[in-house]
Amino acid sequence: MERLEVKGLNHSFGFFRVLEDINFTLEKGKVISIVGPSGGGKTTLLHLCAGLLDLTEGEIVNTFKSSAFAFQEPRLLPWKSVLDNIALGLIAKGVSKKEAEIKATNIALEFGLELKDLEKFPKDLSGGMRQRVSFARALVVEPSLLFLDEPFSALDIGLKKELQNHLIDYIAHHNLTILFITHDIMEAIRLSDKILLLKSDPGEIVKRITIDTPQIERTDKEVFDRMIELLKDQDIINTFELEIK
Amino acid sequence: MKFILKILKDFPWFLWSGWGAVASIFLFIALWDVGYQLYGELVLPSPKATFGAVADFFSDEAIVSDMILTITRAMIGFVAALIFGSVLGLLAGFFATASIMSRPIVTILVGMPPIAWVVLAMIWFGMGDTSVIFTVVIASFPIVFVGAMQGTRTIEGELKEMVDSFGLSLWQKFTNLYFPHIFSYIFPAWVSGLGMSWKIVVMAELLSSSDGIGAALAVARSQLDTTVALALVVVMIGSLLFLEYIVLEPIKKEVEAWRD
Ligand SMILES: Nc1ncnc2c1ncn2[C@@H]1O[C@H](COP(=O)(O)OP(=O)(O)OP(=O)(O)O)[C@@H](O)[C@H]1O
Ligand SMILES: [Mg+2]
Repeated sequence: MERLEVKGLNHSFGFFRVLEDINFTLEKGKVISIVGPSGGGKTTLLHLCAGLLDLTEGEIVNTFKSSAFAFQEPRLLPWKSVLDNIALGLIAKGVSKKEAEIKATNIALEFGLELKDLEKFPKDLSGGMRQRVSFARALVVEPSLLFLDEPFSALDIGLKKELQNHLIDYIAHHNLTILFITHDIMEAIRLSDKILLLKSDPGEIVKRITIDTPQIERTDKEVFDRMIELLKDQDIINTFELEIK
Repeated sequence: MKFILKILKDFPWFLWSGWGAVASIFLFIALWDVGYQLYGELVLPSPKATFGAVADFFSDEAIVSDMILTITRAMIGFVAALIFGSVLGLLAGFFATASIMSRPIVTILVGMPPIAWVVLAMIWFGMGDTSVIFTVVIASFPIVFVGAMQGTRTIEGELKEMVDSFGLSLWQKFTNLYFPHIFSYIFPAWVSGLGMSWKIVVMAELLSSSDGIGAALAVARSQLDTTVALALVVVMIGSLLFLEYIVLEPIKKEVEAWRD
């Protein structure tokens, strides 16, 4: 069984401790969300798991066959059209140019981009469109493990919900595994099997929340109820420094 | 191939958009004519006489061969500067130590007045081709070198991380990331290097050669033939304008379409 296992992970930038004693296991077909305040080390943790940063203390075992990463910033190649940007990962996998273009076009349309956008350069896209392109580029390679760093942060609620539904579909039908970062607790409740609450200074997991209903069966009501319940949770209040009225 | 087709397709539109430039050139010529009427033939020959002299050049074998010689020298010098500058600039860009070490040398090269190079070249190589070409190379080299080095050094770490995360092969990284980025810096540097070559070649010829347009300019000066002198200048500027605006600009527009 493919899995990602993080054991006793610590990380510092210079003398500044960013992550402390992180432990979790992500199994095939599951979604784990990491929520926490800004600057808490979420991106750092994701980069470590994806092997983009060198591990200094602790252990990471990653047996997934393939993975893809959607960064917090879109990181598109400015000299390539939207279509070529989305197709980048497919080309790297050795898919023929023609097939790559078909797949890229399909996913772009699915993600609410229009045909006329596909020829544009990134400079001519809105922030939210760039984010969708970046997300499409990661998903189109059909990775076994997907790393997502706040992929929906620049989208309006309608579009956000639509893409979340796409993702839920993918999880159900392609047995996709995701390590997901978000600021949005509601989004985490909607998408994940397990939520890790990461406090800052230093980044430590202070709470693990498990959600048993499969994503595809979760109703809005259930999500809202869970959300209200969590907002009353003392750990959440402390971590996000929420003010209660 | 698709690129070339697109350049050709957009070309008429590009010409059409050049009316503003044409108008300003005509305004300039009008002012020139006013100057002629105020100061007379000896100081400033009329545009008509000058362009007449330019037309006469093309039936004058001696001048035509001078033009060809000058343009050949400029091109040889420019191509040499392009090759050396690009290759060394890329190397300097890829190695941090090399780029730190080359910075003061480049500053010296850029800061050195070209006229000083002409004098040195005359001492080292005597009068003739070598001196002229040497001066052209040494004057345009730093421009190309800096462009290539900047291009290599400014590739974003974030984009490198992104292509790494998608597992691109070395060659794919080169064609998708390194080449387009570096090219966007190096191409404008080539264009400025070319302009520099064009200017320097005349100056070098004027002082260190007995043939070419620069030398013809020296003769015109000694004979106080202002009309021919101006006509020679017009030829040089005209050919540079042609090269920059009619040949290179459309290419540049296409290559840099992705920029803001
Ligand atoms: N390369 C680096 N060098 C030094 N410090 C860094 C580096 N990258 C991140 N940090 C620091 O580590 C801390 C955690 O950063 P990180 O990007 O992981 O936060 P985050 O939880 O993703 O925040 P956000 O939600 O705002 O994206 C921050 O204080 C940041 O300043
Ligand atoms: Mg982050």
